[in-house]
Amino acid sequence: MSADRKADIRPGRLTAEAYAAHFADHVPPLTDAQALLEASRCLYCFDAPCTRACPTGIDVPSFIKRIAEENARGAAETILESNPLGGFCARDCPTEVLCEQVCVRNVQQGRPVAIGRLQRFAVDRLMASANNRIFERAPSSGRRAAVVGAGPAGLACAHALARAGHTVTLCDARPKAGGLNEYGVATYKTADDYAQREVEWLLAIGGITLQLGWALTGADQLEGLCRDHDAVFLGLGLADTHRLGVPGETLAGVVDAVEFISALRQAPDPGTVPVGRRVVVIGGGMTAVDAAVQSKLLGAERVDIVYRRGPQHMRASVEEQNLARIRGVGILHWLAPVEVLGEGGAVTGMRFARQQLGAGRLAPTGEECVLEADMVLKAIGQRLGNPVLAQCGLALREGRIAVDESGRTSIPGVWAGGDCIAGGQDLTVDAVAHGLRAARDIDLQLSIARTRSGK
Amino acid sequence: MARLDIDFCGIRSPNPFWLASAPPTDKAYNVERAFEAGWGGVVWKTLGEAGPPLVNVNGPRYGALLAVDRSLIGFNNIELITDRDLEVNLEEITAVKRRWPDRAVVVSIMVPCREDSWKAILPRVEDTGCDGIELNFGCPHGMSERGMGSAVGQVPEYIRMVTAWCKRYTRLPVIVKLTPNITDIRHPARAAKEGGADAVSLINTINSIMGVDPDTLTVSPAVGGEGTHGGYCGPAVKPIALNMVAEIARDPNTAGLPISGIGGIGSWRDALDFIALGAGSVQVCTAAMVFGFKIVQEMVSGLCAYLDAKGFSGVEALRGRAVGTVTDWSHLDLNRVSKAVIDQDKCIECGRCHIACEDTAHQAITCTQNGRRHFEVKEEECVGCNLCVNVCPVPGCITLRDLAPGEIDRRTGLAVSARRLEWTAHPNNPMGRRS
Repeated sequence: MSADRKADIRPGRLTAEAYAAHFADHVPPLTDAQALLEASRCLYCFDAPCTRACPTGIDVPSFIKRIAEENARGAAETILESNPLGGFCARDCPTEVLCEQVCVRNVQQGRPVAIGRLQRFAVDRLMASANNRIFERAPSSGRRAAVVGAGPAGLACAHALARAGHTVTLCDARPKAGGLNEYGVATYKTADDYAQREVEWLLAIGGITLQLGWALTGADQLEGLCRDHDAVFLGLGLADTHRLGVPGETLAGVVDAVEFISALRQAPDPGTVPVGRRVVVIGGGMTAVDAAVQSKLLGAERVDIVYRRGPQHMRASVEEQNLARIRGVGILHWLAPVEVLGEGGAVTGMRFARQQLGAGRLAPTGEECVLEADMVLKAIGQRLGNPVLAQCGLALREGRIAVDESGRTSIPGVWAGGDCIAGGQDLTVDAVAHGLRAARDIDLQLSIARTRSGK
Repeated sequence: MARLDIDFCGIRSPNPFWLASAPPTDKAYNVERAFEAGWGGVVWKTLGEAGPPLVNVNGPRYGALLAVDRSLIGFNNIELITDRDLEVNLEEITAVKRRWPDRAVVVSIMVPCREDSWKAILPRVEDTGCDGIELNFGCPHGMSERGMGSAVGQVPEYIRMVTAWCKRYTRLPVIVKLTPNITDIRHPARAAKEGGADAVSLINTINSIMGVDPDTLTVSPAVGGEGTHGGYCGPAVKPIALNMVAEIARDPNTAGLPISGIGGIGSWRDALDFIALGAGSVQVCTAAMVFGFKIVQEMVSGLCAYLDAKGFSGVEALRGRAVGTVTDWSHLDLNRVSKAVIDQDKCIECGRCHIACEDTAHQAITCTQNGRRHFEVKEEECVGCNLCVNVCPVPGCITLRDLAPGEIDRRTGLAVSARRLEWTAHPNNPMGRRS
């Protein structure tokens, strides 16, 4: 590494046309003809494996049959009845490890029905129609619920509660609702501002007051919510990212991948987002892939994902890994960070120690290597990072909120779901399922309470 | 939201989708499952006389015509009427109707063509509490060899006679199920009406043989090396059924007679066809046998969405809307001119339209232009026959354009007339009325 080398992090590496092409829908929507043809491949299985594989239990054969019968509205009803965020999930779900993985056409034809794309087709059609309302709000119950966090879990919960007639206050610390759908998912998966359009559609059910810029920073706030509401749902997500814990982590150019993705999502033009000429992404999950692919799409010359374990241990699905490779991202395994190298306060590279598995434990082989880098993106996982939760007396497990099978926390009247609870898969669709399950339980509890009080 | 509930000749059901009299309605177990899935009604599989039950073959009863992707085009069966004891059936019908009072339970009956046979069974059926009866004059195999089923349905006098007996011995609405194995469906329908029928249902299955096994050279399917004709149904028969329904709906002698449409109904679109051509309820069998009872939910969803989108208040508002558009060929307007138009942006250049037109129609589609592959309609040759539209693999790529009055038809060189001209008044018609 030459001593006079300058860190090369800058925006505007590509032409406007290239940015537009790179950040358009990476999976284009199906045309009418494609949708009909693809829908005709569905066998309308009994007790369909795809439905069982969906955390929200969408009746896949039913909605696909409706598409085949040119009843896209009915198809969207089937989808949204089980998952009101079905439009987003259609774009974001790793279908290759959920519904499409178990499609019986894999066995017979070596290729599953494109369930995700068909789901998007149906919901897009509904959203674009003159009357895209399909749910009627029940008469007001007079009950109030607070939902903290307007990510997928909170949105799903708030929508279901509002639909059941309850009055919902939906709070979020950020300037926009949507949570990771708005701030955390790769731009090319959610072209055309879909996350916000979906939020608008969800809120249009009525009965939900959105309060943005509201952060849970003190135990008294939660007490206040509990006092003023009949139920509280926490869908806070994960506020903090793990640290590498190696020297040089504070050098300029070492960035949280989550922040990088968020900045890109919020940028009015990707051409304004700076990216390094050489980027190293540390991690092995979806966030690492999203950050790496988008670095490449922003014009980085060389991008490598570096993971300390083997390919079989990566949390990113094989499909995601392949996507990264197709986009020109290198994936290096068995390398653990030792030190971030820098000059003049800026990153110049990173030193890694080669690892091997011995007796189930990761151990260095003694070999080291250095990768040049202008930018290091950290994607090694997130954590709850909100000390208030423990202060409130919420029981935690594995560093996240402990809940039972209905989503109830240790505090009566407080439910939780999404990434902030223990035992989840950190998927959008999983968060939606948590939100819906809590809403069902809350609705049940409020109904019981109403019956008892004779109101 | 549009209303799907119907009142069909006094029989009410929450939606117009009934299961036809067939294996899916053979016993309480199936019918209960059907009602749980959402079917509006059932026509219970045909009951026969008291006594030793019928015997079915214990081998292939069904055969299918499949597309290359194994989706079903047509279906054939040689099942007879119920092979279960009459008493068991009557008990089950009674219990099911009691448990599902809002659903239509119609009982199909087929007994010998003797007044005492009908007189004996009708009170027994009425005692079940069912909503109506359907006379099976349609079954084309097995039972017809015994003088029942289509053997009755092919003789209008018999239809009239048996229908009249039924009207005499029961207060229940009487639906006469018609066989398509005749030359003119209006005659049996008229006979049913003359006999006092409250409604007709059609079509029953069509005589059919599915094919021959190329290795054994026996008809297929075969029972021990031999086969017999079966009854054909499924998507392939829908157009035949629609024509017959429309014929009855527009026949002045039977106009207004309630019609339960049957034949190839597998989706809400199929149901729409029947309802728009006059049917007040629709009956389904093959689609349920292929996909299970759940498909009724997709049918209900689709029909509801359509009625809402078009602003129809319910099924009744849609019923018969297309009947007035069906006429005899001799009354079609011979002055209307259409030309095919190929959307070049949608054309994938497969050439099917060209070869179809070139070999078998009017040589009205090019295959090259300036030495390049290019398919375009030659209006000077095109008669607007619609063949290219039908063979084109791309939806919406080829359409027919109606020429406006005054526009020059480049085939004839004449201006399109705004005046209506039917064959009955055409100058070339030697029998024509001159105006």
